[in-house]
Amino acid sequence: MKDKTNTYEIILAGSGGQGLVSSGIMLGEAAILEGKQVMQATSYGIAQRGGLASAEVMISSAEIIFQHVQKPNLILALTEESLNLYLPQASSGAAIFYDTTLIQTTFVQKHEKNNLYGYPFTEIANELGHSGVANIIALGVMIGKSKMIKYASMEMVLRKHFSGKTAEMNVKALYQGRRLGEGQI
Amino acid sequence: MEDVRLIQGNEAIAAGAIYAGADFYAGYPITPSSEIMTEAAKIMPKVGGMFMQMEDEIASVAAVVGASLAGAKAFTATSGPGFSLMQENLGVAVMGEVPCVVITVQRNGPSTGLATKPGQADIMQIRWGRHGDQSVIALTPGSVAECFLMTVQAFNFAEKFRLPVILAADEVVAHARESFALPKPGMIPLVERKKPTVSPEKYSPFAADADGIAPLAAFGSEYVSHISSSMHGPDGYSNNDPENAIWRINQLHRKIEMHRDEIVLTKSYDIDDMDILVIGYGATTGACRAAVKEARKRGLKAGVLQLITIWPFPDKEIEELAKLVKTVVVVEMNYAGQVAGEVRKVIGSEIELKRVNKYNGQIITPQDIIETLK
Amino acid sequence: MLEAGGEEYLRAGALPHMWCPGCGIGIVLGALLRTFAELEYAKNEIVVVTGIGCTGKADDYLSTNALHVTHGRALAFATGVKAYKPGLKVVVIMGDGDSVTIGGNHFIHAARRNIDLTAIVINNFNFGMTGGQASATTPGGKFSSTTLYGNPERDFDVSALACVAGANYVARSTPYHGWALKQHIKEALCKKGFSLVEVFSPCPTNYGKYNEMGDPLKMLNWLKEKGVSREKYEQLEEPEKEDYFAIGTFCDRNSPDFNSRYEEIRARATGKG
Repeated sequence: MKDKTNTYEIILAGSGGQGLVSSGIMLGEAAILEGKQVMQATSYGIAQRGGLASAEVMISSAEIIFQHVQKPNLILALTEESLNLYLPQASSGAAIFYDTTLIQTTFVQKHEKNNLYGYPFTEIANELGHSGVANIIALGVMIGKSKMIKYASMEMVLRKHFSGKTAEMNVKALYQGRRLGEGQI
Repeated sequence: MEDVRLIQGNEAIAAGAIYAGADFYAGYPITPSSEIMTEAAKIMPKVGGMFMQMEDEIASVAAVVGASLAGAKAFTATSGPGFSLMQENLGVAVMGEVPCVVITVQRNGPSTGLATKPGQADIMQIRWGRHGDQSVIALTPGSVAECFLMTVQAFNFAEKFRLPVILAADEVVAHARESFALPKPGMIPLVERKKPTVSPEKYSPFAADADGIAPLAAFGSEYVSHISSSMHGPDGYSNNDPENAIWRINQLHRKIEMHRDEIVLTKSYDIDDMDILVIGYGATTGACRAAVKEARKRGLKAGVLQLITIWPFPDKEIEELAKLVKTVVVVEMNYAGQVAGEVRKVIGSEIELKRVNKYNGQIITPQDIIETLK
Repeated sequence: MLEAGGEEYLRAGALPHMWCPGCGIGIVLGALLRTFAELEYAKNEIVVVTGIGCTGKADDYLSTNALHVTHGRALAFATGVKAYKPGLKVVVIMGDGDSVTIGGNHFIHAARRNIDLTAIVINNFNFGMTGGQASATTPGGKFSSTTLYGNPERDFDVSALACVAGANYVARSTPYHGWALKQHIKEALCKKGFSLVEVFSPCPTNYGKYNEMGDPLKMLNWLKEKGVSREKYEQLEEPEKEDYFAIGTFCDRNSPDFNSRYEEIRARATGKG
């Protein structure tokens, strides 16, 4: 899930308002805590809500020269539209994580073997009490599968960005994601 | 411990301005520069500075010039349509020799265009957008780090040379976030404008010293000064004498020409054994560098020259490097090849000039460039 | 009669001035400089800001700080000066073109912002410098080089505009009413917040010429006879009001000015408020 220069190119895609950019920023900040170089870019449209939205994050131990993802190795797709868009990347080696709560399984079944990882992110988020933490659960899975950063770094950033109950819920979501990826849920 | 942050280009510009000592911001919101304004709104009152939201961009530059003459390190930020509105009063800053920084985050045009997408089609407007004979300094940051560093540089140039400096960013660098170690106070030297040392009755606000720069007194100091957008003599009062007009226009140009080598900033990569020179600036710098790295893997000896100072144009630097190659490639987000045309003037017709242009609001990728290098 | 004084604010050797015989600008400038003297302002604490047009030439006669700028934008430049250095005495001298024609947006916003400066609008109902074209204060039906058959547009009431936009002090006078004019300028300079003195001013060369008042005395007489107190003006019948105009103080209030409000913002931002 990474290239020879230890670079992770990540795309978080879905619809506006799903917190993808802030997730991307937090992921980047966690990588900075580990001394990594980070680049984060946003697809910036007129529609801030609704429609396709995506955030790009690049994490590397070397200088990142170009501002945008060229060969993604980790993709999160929270909507059918975004999954459709990035599906071809799976055959060139990208691991695609998608939300089985929001995307009909019949749609993805035929691609099952091509680096696709479906998890019920939103369903588990709802169980935790807030659908808004679905992206943090997803990051929890992706961190475990890729080892791109340490969970402790991500937890530290979540505690910096949120306080009180919200912080606890986000940290819980992160580790639920870890368990989900490890097959414990 | 270094203060490394994931910081956005626009935030880095605002942080750079504060680092440089800016204490006055006046502006009008416009995408994709608005974060600079909201950062200024947040920070200025906390550091004892002044933030003003003006009625339009015309008023924004006006207030910036007024504040600067009262002693402020003043700046504003805008994008294409707002930058168009600013031109006339930017001319006042040129003619009145008023230090200030104007940031324009270039977006796709013409007119409202693709308002949220990047462009690099204002290079000629930056140089020639105002009527009349004049010269300006313009810098183009190619990364988030350079957004910070070149903002500090812009203030330093503005203060040192008593003129407006345009920081021509673009939507790509302005909205990218990068890990960046914020320089500690004192790490980058800051320049303050030269103040008069003569007695108040002998002070002439436009009488330049041997270095081409006239000391500038602030309104409210012990000096009285007369600053005018009309043609004026050394004392600042109207002067219609043709000889005076020659002196004045020469002066506005020569203070930049005299310090040209200090002002022109470039960076080069992989140029030692190159036979193709790729020239980029701003957002396209990263794509050029990535393309050249890839090209070298394929056996093509290419190198990159990044233009940081775009005006005055880095003609000497380009001329030197062009001597080493058979082909020069200019990469920019506009149709006409605004910088390519300037490069052609420098390299003449003997050397092959190729262009990579994109103007659909999409960024130029390394792949786009590699296609041209083959 | 006006007492002499204020010469120290005149640039040495600047006279005679460039304005036409019968023009009101010199009289207004004289009143301003005498007020500076009365208030004992120092030259280096005054900043006079001017734009373009006949009135915009005023800065060349001054020995105070001055900033001469683009057409219509003087108020915006002055706003920056005052906002950054509130201790300065900032006066903006404009014509009707500068203030409410090309610069109308800055005019209403300066009043709304209640920036602490004094705007003196010398309203001579037309563009004098460029040859007597209509402006936003040329009355409906009146003649100019661009309204040869009568003005199809209506005029702005500059004072009323400033009042509703939020100015703290608004008064109107004329060069004929010299003493009252100087008093209004003094009150305006002493008022914290945005203050306006509108001066209905003669332009026999252009506006007068097109409207049967080409003789300087005729225009001055017109100002004398048609300028009446607010009370008198209110008692006039509607059709009569067209021929007369009110002079005097139109509003006088003490809303906090921009810089005072900004100080509160600073205190809040730094946790001291």
